Amino acid sequence: MARIIYREIEGRAGFWGPLAGLAILIVIGLASAWYMEHYGHIVTGMGNRIVWGIPHVFAIFLIVAASGVLNVASIGSVFGRVPYKPMARLSGLLAIALLIGGLTVLVLDLGRPDRLIVAMTTYNFKSIFAWNIFLYTGFLVIVAAYLFVLMERQMSPYTKPVGWFALIWRLVLTSGTGSIFGWLVARQAYDAAVMAPLFIAMSLSLGLAVFILVVWTICRWEGRELGNGLLSRLGRLLGIFAGAVLYFTAVQHLTNLYSAEHWDVEAFLLWEGGIYPGLFWLVQVLLGGLLPIALVFYPKTASKPAAIVSAAALVILGGLAQLYVIIIGGQAYPLGMFPGMEVHSVFQDGVIASYVPSLPEFGLGIGGVALALAITLVGMRILRFMPQSLADKVVDPPPAAAEAKAA
Amino acid sequence: MGSRLLVVFGFIAAIGVVWHGPLAMLSQAVAAETGQSGRVPVPAPARGKGDSCVADTDFMRRNHMAVLNHQRDDTVHEGIRAKRFSLKECIDCHAVNGADGVPVTVEDPKHFCRSCHDYAAVSVDCFQCHASRPDTAAMSVEPDKGAALSLRSYLARATR
Amino acid sequence: MKKLGDYIRREPDGTGEQTDLSRRAFLSAASALGGLALAPGVTLHAFGQEAAARLPDQAVTSQHRWGLLIDAGRCGDGCNACVTACADEHGWDADATSPTDAHWIRKVEVRDPEGGLQRTLPMMCQHCASPPCVDVCPTGASFKRADGIVLVDKHTCIGCRYCMMACPYNARSFIHEPLADQKPYAPRGKGTVESCTMCVHRVDEGRQPACVEACSDTAGGAMLFGDLNDPESEISKRIASYPTVEIRADLDLDTGVRYRNI
Repeated sequence: MARIIYREIEGRAGFWGPLAGLAILIVIGLASAWYMEHYGHIVTGMGNRIVWGIPHVFAIFLIVAASGVLNVASIGSVFGRVPYKPMARLSGLLAIALLIGGLTVLVLDLGRPDRLIVAMTTYNFKSIFAWNIFLYTGFLVIVAAYLFVLMERQMSPYTKPVGWFALIWRLVLTSGTGSIFGWLVARQAYDAAVMAPLFIAMSLSLGLAVFILVVWTICRWEGRELGNGLLSRLGRLLGIFAGAVLYFTAVQHLTNLYSAEHWDVEAFLLWEGGIYPGLFWLVQVLLGGLLPIALVFYPKTASKPAAIVSAAALVILGGLAQLYVIIIGGQAYPLGMFPGMEVHSVFQDGVIASYVPSLPEFGLGIGGVALALAITLVGMRILRFMPQSLADKVVDPPPAAAEAKAA
Repeated sequence: MGSRLLVVFGFIAAIGVVWHGPLAMLSQAVAAETGQSGRVPVPAPARGKGDSCVADTDFMRRNHMAVLNHQRDDTVHEGIRAKRFSLKECIDCHAVNGADGVPVTVEDPKHFCRSCHDYAAVSVDCFQCHASRPDTAAMSVEPDKGAALSLRSYLARATR
Repeated sequence: MKKLGDYIRREPDGTGEQTDLSRRAFLSAASALGGLALAPGVTLHAFGQEAAARLPDQAVTSQHRWGLLIDAGRCGDGCNACVTACADEHGWDADATSPTDAHWIRKVEVRDPEGGLQRTLPMMCQHCASPPCVDVCPTGASFKRADGIVLVDKHTCIGCRYCMMACPYNARSFIHEPLADQKPYAPRGKGTVESCTMCVHRVDEGRQPACVEACSDTAGGAMLFGDLNDPESEISKRIASYPTVEIRADLDLDTGVRYRNI
């Protein structure tokens, strides 16, 4: 294969413009975090029934996508697929950037963010949260090491073992993220072993969608070629991952529907619960699942870059909706303390909790996304993460040329 | 690419040097000046109740945080409520009365803890949760009254 | 340099007078201390006080396991005595109804749609023996004391609210705004999580929780506090004599709070 040349981005379409915009969003995010911390969470829409809100939707989106975006590098290093190898560096950079963005949102939403040192030094190892702290920070170190062996030519023999290590680590990490919900016995919408593999599928799907959007945007801005064949290939893989998400979602809900105990919570999430069924069927399943799958596999659209990129954007939208339904829908439904009974109290027992997200929550969440994108942009500018060209003949040369080279 | 990395790290290092070097010296000079000119008054903590504190003033000045940290773990986790280093006892003795004769809260700069902590610019985390002045209003039932009430309720139950 | 022998003096001719004195002194001091330690327990036990007081500088042990027995049949429909007592004791607002307001204990009305039978009962932290909130807390701030009381160490709580997600009884509240003039023995602050402490400050003094006291004194006498580890305690005898249940018993949490007639 032709030797891939990596070059820093030059900012042809404007590097400073987008960076300034991202900086403004980051400042808004920090201001939102200060506002929430100073006045207390009463300024948000979260309460004693809905304790995790929009910031957590964004934070978990970023963390799950961070784990999944590294998959592009894994496919190259671990599974040896040649066309993916040039994209491995960008994949690693995005993994670090997205994780930092997600962790920032999570930490800044804490009731006591000044106690981060306590969180990093005092551990209860029965808690999956405590394990996640190690898994997330360890992930940053491992991806940094992965990038080192990818970018330092003399270290290239080590890409496969480090790649394997990173792959296994992120499978554990994403299972841990899913288990945050899956291991909660208290709530009927959670308490399911399938949450771990569901989150693995979501990570692969959302990570690849983010990657497609970022690589396409940068190539457009920089005037670097992005091969149609490569893009279609990524699109088809995205379709497979989106299908996997639909599969695990179906398994989760069908299993719940089979037990009388879970009928009511399923009725709430799937047809009675107002915004939640709307987000589930319309945005998650239709717009975020079936439509992208159709776009990337239907022959007329599969070869068009616009269709692939649209599919990626739709998958991201569907992922956000899915996380909203899981995180907030799961909390909105009341606890089953007295099965079969009607329950009422001054502490909102027995009723569907209402949640109206507030502006500071959106500010913080979007600030985290902006931070991730800013890190990616700056990273690509100062170090050589982006290949000079991702044209098909560069990344995936015809077999004859490959044989000639091997000979 | 190596030179670019060098530029990045050099930039970060420069920030560190500028912060800890000239800027720090400048701020210390300013602090010394204002201390003498009275913009931030040198602490003069009010006298507490009784003859002396539970330990030497020097010991307390240096170690009060350590003993409070140790005591709080004992109290919360082990239920040890020994009075010597209890925060409640500190607040009871070191309450500073305001103009109206009522002990001031930590919002008032006259508060005992603030008189030193403001000067040292060390934030006090305790009073986010703990009351910063003795509970002047009547608290819950006092221990001997509580025993009498429990006796009454015990006898009432026994005769049911 | 002083040696151990300097502290244990022995006369060379073996009269051992010094050690005899110190041994005697030790024995008399020990018995005095022992009597002193036993006296509160003996006195309180004579009054039928379920919570025998420890000395303040003794650590709690698992010798006791504190629990509550609540008879929903005796719980009055409009009665809020337990809630008001807890709120007054700890400094929160019993009448607050906003979703961001804290509730350590609340009255829950349970209605059977089949037939319409309604009953009311107080709901608070159930002080489980296997608390899900303790399992999930990343810093270990949510913990179970040796005597079974489940607490939040607010010095370590980072306010992540994972325990609130995990609690099957919605027993935990998060403080959403800055507080002032807290009760000195019930510290609570913005950004941390709290719940019923079973009046641990009272229990440590040998008294009853405020809600139990209020219910006994002024209301239906529906609540009983006691030592579940002591077979002779009132609560243990009652649990042994008639059926009682835990709420969400299928979760197998072995709660310290049990109910009758629900």
